[in-house]
Amino acid sequence: MKIMVAIKRVIDYAVKIRVKPDKSGVETSNVKMSMNPFCEIALEEALRIKESGGASEVVAVSMGPAQCVDTLRTGLAMGADRAIHVDYPGSLYPLSIAKILKALVEAEKPSLLLLGKQAIDDDCNQTGQMVAGLLKWPQGTFASKVVLDEEKQVATVDREVDGGLETVCLELPAVITTDLRLNQPRYATLPNIMKAKSKVIKKVTPQDLNVEIRSDLEVVQVTEPPKRKAGVIVSSIDELIDKLKNEAHVI
Amino acid sequence: MDDISYFKKILGERGVVQDEEKLDDANTDWMRKYKGSSKLMLQPRTTEEVSQILKYCNSRCLAVVPQGGNTGLVGGSVPVFDELGWIYLFHIPKFLHFMCIFSIFGCHCRICFWCRFIMPLDLGAKGSCQIGGNVSTNAGGLRLIRYGSLHGSVLGLEAVLANGTVLDMLASLRKDNTGYDLKHLFIGSEGSLGIVTKVSILTPPKLSSVNLAFLACEDYASCQKLLLEAKRKLGEILSAFEFLDVNAMNLVLKHLDGLRDPLSSMHNFYVLIETTGSMESHDKEKLEAFLLQSMDSGLVTDGVLAQDINQTSSFWHIREGVPEALMKAGAVYKYDLSLPPEKMYELVEEMRTRLGSAANVVAYGHLGDGNLHLNISAPQYTDSILSKIEPFVYEWTSKHRGSISAEHGLGLMKADKIHYSKSPESVQLMAEIKKLIDPNRILNPYKVLPSSVLSQS
Repeated sequence: MKIMVAIKRVIDYAVKIRVKPDKSGVETSNVKMSMNPFCEIALEEALRIKESGGASEVVAVSMGPAQCVDTLRTGLAMGADRAIHVDYPGSLYPLSIAKILKALVEAEKPSLLLLGKQAIDDDCNQTGQMVAGLLKWPQGTFASKVVLDEEKQVATVDREVDGGLETVCLELPAVITTDLRLNQPRYATLPNIMKAKSKVIKKVTPQDLNVEIRSDLEVVQVTEPPKRKAGVIVSSIDELIDKLKNEAHVI
Repeated sequence: MDDISYFKKILGERGVVQDEEKLDDANTDWMRKYKGSSKLMLQPRTTEEVSQILKYCNSRCLAVVPQGGNTGLVGGSVPVFDELGWIYLFHIPKFLHFMCIFSIFGCHCRICFWCRFIMPLDLGAKGSCQIGGNVSTNAGGLRLIRYGSLHGSVLGLEAVLANGTVLDMLASLRKDNTGYDLKHLFIGSEGSLGIVTKVSILTPPKLSSVNLAFLACEDYASCQKLLLEAKRKLGEILSAFEFLDVNAMNLVLKHLDGLRDPLSSMHNFYVLIETTGSMESHDKEKLEAFLLQSMDSGLVTDGVLAQDINQTSSFWHIREGVPEALMKAGAVYKYDLSLPPEKMYELVEEMRTRLGSAANVVAYGHLGDGNLHLNISAPQYTDSILSKIEPFVYEWTSKHRGSISAEHGLGLMKADKIHYSKSPESVQLMAEIKKLIDPNRILNPYKVLPSSVLSQS
């Protein structure tokens, strides 16, 4: 069985985001870029399934500009067997990505497509659901536990829903999107970095996959959250109560 | 009390602290090893206030202990007896171009984080330590291998002498050969000659590409060879080279929550290599090539390379967490030694033989600077353990022409031990200088120099 994992290159989780002065987006030049943390979790899960004998190959895919190759290299260093880079310099939105993924799935024929539940940059949380729809595959989103039964060709997924867990059983092939508590991703070890050097990253374009990139969506503007006002130190409980009553109107 | 009302007149009510809880915190050092019984804490906000206080204290022969973040490790920043009023400094920095002038009142080391420049030093204690304290103790830290000591990066400073005189040495020039370079007297003299109130410091630009590798080595000789190789092959981008041994690693994993071993099995030594440069692709290629080569040659047996900032900080947390883990493990005897790198670990092994199972000998430190942090962890402080460590550790260091204080200072703990590292003539001259600048010996008494040399007339 083959597993495909979609990974996205995003601004590093720990970087303080700055909005461009013209509000067209966020500043990405000279900013540390890393693998989306949810994608890391998805890849880790694929690797664990493979290590426990549930899969024979893990293929990492990423789409975007040339630098996505760095993120794929990280994926290979974590243990993915090979990678595919869909080279596209412009903006990509979930529906286009889902279409590209569908084309890749049709070419590669994995039994499982794993994705992070969302990317930390645009917070869309749409790609997994859309690609499942396009493929007409069952989906298990927000997975916090995944158990594969190879014999019966089903996956049992615990989903994190409001106030608890929902357990669903999916017939393979299926799409699973991963939540934060699913696992703790491994580090890229030197022996694996060394091995990754000889692994193949195949480059294709959306045209090669017969996917037309167009968007019905336009980003109008990106703005920073309003600045928080500085707090004040009150000198007495009476003053605090007075402020809560007359300024904040909460008591 | 008259003194207190005088201080209140200068500093206002808020600057004079008599609250027991706050005093208790300030009376106790970070290691909880030294405890003073001062009844008063003063918090001046300007140079003028420091000057007025010191002038008054000097006239009344009231001893003063300067304290910044109170993160010192040798008992240099807490009172010994009831030295009156020490000075807790805090306030806002001012920024200039390629260098920063700090009014050191409260300026934490982290301050440059959000600007385009960085502080040329970075310590485990960066969350609490203060610039004034860093300069007064000549703190070293993790990036000394790259940016050098504060004797190089401090361009000028302002200090207040015991009699209240404000000494303006606040130049911002790289080169200035006019007379004796007095600022150096205040860098590393642990507040015993004056109180540093402003600092101009050379700040390197913040570079965008930082990479960190956490590596395992099987023996100390490999760590050392790795250092030589790193200097040769990583050259200008090398920004830290740190090590810890397996005992340190075990302590960290046992005592600090949320940390995990980045490697799958335990090793005898761990090395952190950090590079800082201006071009991600170039730096990464260079570092990876170096690491793979070191693996091929067997210097490194295993390792991980941080792939994002989160991983970078968790690897650093292991190295920076050692002092905290030691604190949680019980009593700890701390030694901060400069030694020729090839001799460094011999001392650790000899110490293990001496102590046997009585204590856990833990070694880590700034291998790139030849600075060993030798820590002996035991359930309790006992005389029998101490007698096995001292004076052996000092004699050994002295015999190998090392320094008994690489970056922590002498403080209270080692004031009487200075002769292990300095000749009698040098110590004598230091005493003369101290007597000249602070004749009433009000500034940080009992610290740095042995009382015996100071009392000679």
